[in-house]
Amino acid sequence: MRGLFAIMGTALCLAAGTQAMAGEIKVGEINSYSALPAFTDPYKKGWQLALDEVNAAGGINGDTLVIISKDDGGKPGDALTAANELVAKEGVVMISGSFFSNVGMAVADFAKQKKVFYLAGEPLTDAMIWSKGNDYTFRLRPPNYVQAAMLAQEAAKLPAKRWATIAPNYEYGQSAVAVFKELLQKARPDVEFVGEQWPPQGKIDAGSVAQAIEAAKPDAILNVEFGADLVKLVREGTTRDLFKGRSVVSFLTGEPEYLDPLKTDTPEGWIVTGYPWYSVDTPAHKAFLDAYQKRYNDYPRLGSVVGYALVKSMAAILIKAKSTDTDALIAAAKGISVDTPFGPITYRAADHQSTLGAFIGKTALKDGKGVMVDFQYHSGNDFLPSEADAAKLRP
Amino acid sequence: MDLYFLQFLTGLSNAASLFLVASGLSLIFGVTRIVNFAHGAFYMLGAYIAYSLTTRWESAFGFWAALLVSAAIVAVCGALLEILLLRRIYRAPELLQLLATFGVTLVVEDGVRLIWGPEDLVGPRAPGLSGAVQILGRPFPAYDLVLIALGPAVLGLLWLLLHRSRWGILVRAATQDRDMVSALGVNQKWLFTGVFALGVFLAAFGGGLQIPRDAVTHFMDLSVITEVFVVVVIGGLGSIGGVFLAAIVVSELNAFGILVFPGISLVLMFVVMAVVLVLRPWGFFGKPLPVSRAGYAARTTWQPLGPRSRAAAGVLILGAVLLPLVLGNYGLGVASEVLIAVIFATSLQFMMSVGGLDSFGHAASLGLGAYGAALSVQWLGAPMELALIIGPVVAAAISLVSGWFCVRLSNIYFAMLTLAFAQIFWSIAYQWVDVTGGDNGIVGVWPSDWASGARAFYWLALAAAVLSVGCIRYLTFAPFGHALRALRDSPQRAAATGIPRRTVQHTAFVVSAFFAGLAGSLLAFQKGSIFPDVLGIPMSIDGLVMVLLGGFGTVSGGIVGAIVYKTASIWLMSNTDLSRMILGGLIILLVVAFPEGIVGTLGRIWGARKRQPAILSQPVAKMGDAP
Repeated sequence: MRGLFAIMGTALCLAAGTQAMAGEIKVGEINSYSALPAFTDPYKKGWQLALDEVNAAGGINGDTLVIISKDDGGKPGDALTAANELVAKEGVVMISGSFFSNVGMAVADFAKQKKVFYLAGEPLTDAMIWSKGNDYTFRLRPPNYVQAAMLAQEAAKLPAKRWATIAPNYEYGQSAVAVFKELLQKARPDVEFVGEQWPPQGKIDAGSVAQAIEAAKPDAILNVEFGADLVKLVREGTTRDLFKGRSVVSFLTGEPEYLDPLKTDTPEGWIVTGYPWYSVDTPAHKAFLDAYQKRYNDYPRLGSVVGYALVKSMAAILIKAKSTDTDALIAAAKGISVDTPFGPITYRAADHQSTLGAFIGKTALKDGKGVMVDFQYHSGNDFLPSEADAAKLRP
Repeated sequence: MDLYFLQFLTGLSNAASLFLVASGLSLIFGVTRIVNFAHGAFYMLGAYIAYSLTTRWESAFGFWAALLVSAAIVAVCGALLEILLLRRIYRAPELLQLLATFGVTLVVEDGVRLIWGPEDLVGPRAPGLSGAVQILGRPFPAYDLVLIALGPAVLGLLWLLLHRSRWGILVRAATQDRDMVSALGVNQKWLFTGVFALGVFLAAFGGGLQIPRDAVTHFMDLSVITEVFVVVVIGGLGSIGGVFLAAIVVSELNAFGILVFPGISLVLMFVVMAVVLVLRPWGFFGKPLPVSRAGYAARTTWQPLGPRSRAAAGVLILGAVLLPLVLGNYGLGVASEVLIAVIFATSLQFMMSVGGLDSFGHAASLGLGAYGAALSVQWLGAPMELALIIGPVVAAAISLVSGWFCVRLSNIYFAMLTLAFAQIFWSIAYQWVDVTGGDNGIVGVWPSDWASGARAFYWLALAAAVLSVGCIRYLTFAPFGHALRALRDSPQRAAATGIPRRTVQHTAFVVSAFFAGLAGSLLAFQKGSIFPDVLGIPMSIDGLVMVLLGGFGTVSGGIVGAIVYKTASIWLMSNTDLSRMILGGLIILLVVAFPEGIVGTLGRIWGARKRQPAILSQPVAKMGDAP
């Protein structure tokens, strides 16, 4: 098997003749550009900014870093075609990117099969690093588990005892609710879950859902809806007094991608994870914000940070590895520290998960726009299971 | 009790908007027989333009004026589309118009992104109607009350228009018997344009009405189009009253369904459609589609390949075998994917062109094969060789059941029932996480060692493709194929000669599913993983596009269609940011240039030159759509 690969590899180099030119290191990047422009546009701006910074600062030990970017249209199958093109035709030394969990899982399995280094950015599923984790896959963004743990910690402080959940009916929504339930009940055995709604993603019947949840008379609500479904739920729920006098804990709602479209409809006082770019005043973030705004005349979304930190991570790994050999990259990536706009992060050796964290705070309405207030940054380190425990979760 | 009443009201308000969009589609289909896939795109366009106008005209009058003006603008676009594009292809096989409108949808999707940007847009609430009214002590949105009133109002207006105006009488006459209307000297051209514009107006108005409730996004077209098709079919094609009733039934089922089964809402609508179609094959108020007299145009009999063509096919296959000499690993990967698409398209073409059974849910067979293969690897630890047999067998076995229900219907109703089954299977794959892994799919389905190289896998796919195409062509020209074609061309005459319709078509359904399942199993191993999107509507549409592009009236045109479409979409995906817009434009161009499909058109030119039967077949003027 390995012999076959070696032969194939040699044949490829001879046949394709697209090996990197001297002084260039090619990295592949795949994302759902056409399917999800609201995320991928700022994301692309973020990684282009980081790419230019890396090359201006001397590139990868003197070589220029080149990123070849492909669109997957939001489909795992197309992502694999693109991954194959990047590896077999373009001869990239690693692949990176992805938004949807299922696309990320497909690419991670491809990486394992073809023995290619894969640095995932956005996919949130826990399976990627734990139950289906593999040697070749590393991930930047905090997993679902971490976001659920942060929110559960805040939720446990609330007096609410009766909870209801609203989540999109697919793996992301299901696992978010499951982890949140488990952790909240561990912290607060007196809590009970009295209602649940699982609208299909992208097709929420918001009025009916809001009424059904209202009828369960919960003290608090956990929401995992995002995007257009969130807009509908907020509008219908507000008119129907669903959120009146109730605490709401909500995944991702504080991210500018999802908060900004709500404008004056922004619900106030929701406990959310997100990215308050307007008031994070650490030096690392300030430098990033200034550079971003200067270059694009636009403010960054969370996607911009993901794209930026992704390229900074790959550069750090390549510089440290001093080689483009996959095994060297894996060795270099384990335990590597990278500076990001949110501060330094580490890629844990045990489960290949970075310790990038998230902001948790409350929503508020300011000048007709939704913002996050009273927020705090939590490092992933404080919420991830210990490395020893995490290692046990992997196959 | 009060909860149920409010839930009922919410269902009614959802029904209003659904009714508007669906009634437009139903009108268009009833008169022009166009399955207007672009209806969702017009709905979306209406919402986008209404967003731009309502954010500028911020008064109560301005809001409603904005909705009407934007719907009118979109209606004009629709009329132009009808005049410039659809008029050119009314004489082509009916499904070709589906293909053209699909192309339009792709163009519009990228177009709105270019014009309005990538972010979700949230428009203003309706001025004066943003609050709630207390009903039975619970708040209920005032705007929803307006919607509830609007539904019957539009129904009434449409009824008046159709029953009390000369134009409406002509529309109804055309719905019943197009050829007679034309024989009586009515200018069909402008009647069609008018109906198309009216239908589009209703769709765009329905889109605009969503502004106060929904975010405007570039994927709202696809999220509405299936629902609308379902409503139109349940109601009975061409029946506005039926559409109204169906919209209410579907919306109320959604509203109450989530009280009882919060997790099942995804599949509920399609289960209902399947049940309705099984019990009432033409929907609530529908009638069997009238026989189009043009449908019996002469159709040249297909001929099996002659010795010279066989030799040519042999040379082509030899060329394909030698392809690894020129292509690198990536090229071979793409070529394998194309070959799998060839098998898929060929299996669909067998059902559509040979059997006259237009399936809108052929992805079901592909996906069942893929899941069958992937699950047998995951559970039984089956090797690839075994899984490649299990997959197609699973697809065929399940189609044995679903096919039994489907072949009881014909035409568009058959198509919609196949769609319903595909969606039911999709929901199961998507939601039954414990078994199928949900949307995270099944990974680690890699080929056996001997086939894991790009070359070896390519040759495997090639062997499967040659075998499949060979088998299907053999069947087409065997007595079984003749029986199938007889049923397609003239069901009555075929029945009179003693051909059992259901048995023959059912067999064809299962055979087709077997080969689609083979394509799916190969796809699982080619990708190394499988996800619910193999069962999705876009996959079924891909199949239709490949067959129609290649040539609906040909035996094996789908091969060319699959090669062209798959290669183009992979190349565009890799090389442009506007792959959908370019692909859509390309489809529109091909539809206009080659209304009989690429192979159909080339075959006709060839046939005219040689004055003998064309290589693959003669073009077909029109499929007979007898009941």
